[in-house]
Amino acid sequence: MNTIPNSFRTGPDAGGHFGAYGGRFVAETLMPLVLSLEQAYEAAKKDPAFHAELKDLLTHYAGRESPLYFAERLTAHLGGAKIYLKREDLNHTGAHKINNTLGQILLARRMGKTRIIAETGAGSHGVATATVAARFGLPCTIYMGEVDMERQKPNVFRMRLLGAEVRGVSSGSRTLKDATNEALRDWVANVEDTFYIIGSVVGPHPYPAMVRDFQTVIGNETRAQMLEREGRLPDLVTACVGGGSNAMGMFYPFLDDPSVEIHGVEAAGEGVDTPRHAATISKGTPGVLHGARSYLLQDNDGQIIEAHSISAGLDYPGTGPEHSWLKDAGRAKYFAVTDAEALDAFVLLSKLEGIIPALESAHAVAHVMKIAPQMKADQIVAICLSGRGDKDVFSVAEALGEKL
Amino acid sequence: MSRLADTFARLKKEGRAAFVPFITAGDPDMETSFSILSTLPEAGADVIELGMPFSDPMADGPAVQASSMRALKAGTTMVKVLEMVRKFRKSDSTTPIVLMGYYNPIHAYGTARFARDVAAAGVDGLIVVDLPVEEDEVLRVPARAQGVDLIRFVTPTTDEARLARVLDGAGGYLYYVSVAGVTGTKSAPEDQVRAAMARVRAATDLPCTVGFGIRTPAQAANIATLADGVVVGSAIVGKIADNLDNSRDTIIAAVLELARDLAGSTHAARHAKVDA
Repeated sequence: MNTIPNSFRTGPDAGGHFGAYGGRFVAETLMPLVLSLEQAYEAAKKDPAFHAELKDLLTHYAGRESPLYFAERLTAHLGGAKIYLKREDLNHTGAHKINNTLGQILLARRMGKTRIIAETGAGSHGVATATVAARFGLPCTIYMGEVDMERQKPNVFRMRLLGAEVRGVSSGSRTLKDATNEALRDWVANVEDTFYIIGSVVGPHPYPAMVRDFQTVIGNETRAQMLEREGRLPDLVTACVGGGSNAMGMFYPFLDDPSVEIHGVEAAGEGVDTPRHAATISKGTPGVLHGARSYLLQDNDGQIIEAHSISAGLDYPGTGPEHSWLKDAGRAKYFAVTDAEALDAFVLLSKLEGIIPALESAHAVAHVMKIAPQMKADQIVAICLSGRGDKDVFSVAEALGEKL
Repeated sequence: MSRLADTFARLKKEGRAAFVPFITAGDPDMETSFSILSTLPEAGADVIELGMPFSDPMADGPAVQASSMRALKAGTTMVKVLEMVRKFRKSDSTTPIVLMGYYNPIHAYGTARFARDVAAAGVDGLIVVDLPVEEDEVLRVPARAQGVDLIRFVTPTTDEARLARVLDGAGGYLYYVSVAGVTGTKSAPEDQVRAAMARVRAATDLPCTVGFGIRTPAQAANIATLADGVVVGSAIVGKIADNLDNSRDTIIAAVLELARDLAGSTHAARHAKVDA
């Protein structure tokens, strides 16, 4: 039986572990870099000038704070709890990803790095990275699986327009996991000048904690906005989970509020009982990939299984170590939503609220469509609407059988 | 003494460097792979690095990636890798075998069970690419208890303080990664390898092999004058890739021909002692 810690906000330990998860499972060549990044981040965290510069960029460049919007018609339609949307889709570049890339590029500059690399799945992180690289005049290479390039063409064009080089990855499943392998290979070959901006709460320590810290602005704002609007905390906060950065940012400030339930929503693809899903926490087992121990989709021999989701941003066979720990500790619960359910939510939110959500975020909306009707009218749900859906209109049209 | 210690002691006495070929177990299929493994010693291999294939070999270049994928496609599992070593040991009780790969398949197998089973199969050392000093205790300790060495890496990014940390608890031999990068791509300038070897020798008596980017007999000969062992992987598994459309015998012959050339030049090079 697990004992309940005094606080869920003390991790990670000095070695980057969240309980049995996390760590630094990288090649020896990268280890000195990972250690120097940790030092640089610790120093930046203590430097008011770093926080001031980041806050200025978040306000005047990214457009924070983002609104907490009461979804009146969705609430009435579902006939249960009051539903609020944290509008990360309204940030510059259209998703929460900019919160993290701004933080990391400031760190890259402090470390004197002159070249930026990143991996991307849906392209949102690639766009957010290419954006900040353009803003600070640094050359930038984005690795993207060929399958993802095909289903996210507008984002590929955006990245190129922003001056980034987009390198297609043809190995493995040609999606996010393979793009991450390629980015790691680039990093190990360019250790002197290159900063790797990881897009989620994954990878070797300090990335999971650092990316979480940069995304915590989401939950901090939500908490303050909710107190102002409703005079109390929400009963439930929820967000989609691939690697899990928008979710970690949303959840973290609420972890020590026992009255707030926390639900992470994974991609069930064609169903968690089929081989084609990306429900890593719900259906996976612990293992080590891309620098950290976490839940993984793997076979009995420890080979990684290809994930599937209609949403390129959730199509990843690993997840964040802190999510893995929160699941085992029981503080957060994890659910899975199918491609079909996410598509329904995508359409419903568009029609009822005039907000086209990213397919990733539509998973969180779909989960709330299932549970809000069972909740009371005086209960409150806050969904992290992590991104906007413009990038998804082509793949959604195809899934709905419409020709554009 | 262990097979690894015996081998490096003998080579030191003979004044030459070890030729250390790498192949992936099960590439392109179990039978061919076993034939290659079992004939490598007569082609001149002093130590053999046997790859445990992994779906996501993020520290490897295209040649070893493709080799790993071929082995997995042919149905290679950890159990079959260990069977292959057991079978090899029936006819060869002296050539050290070092398993090389990534941590997740070992984690899935269970580290305690893995340490026991590799020792029983006749494995002498383990190289786990994504298990740095900070994380390797979980495997190093049970493996050591079974008489199996966990081989540690020294790289161009290893500074003095880090080198001391790498050496604390190191066993078997050291693997010097001669270039910052993935396997089988760039090659290191000779003076850099020379300087690195001098640094390592000043700090430890453990033998030190050099790998990454060594493809030709001439390169192998150069490295052999500096190091205690020369590791060649991508060029060897590349021979398998080049001959996939040919018969099994042709594949084996092509690999062994390259191995013989590399071993010949490694062994012929004068093993100059590098003074610290």
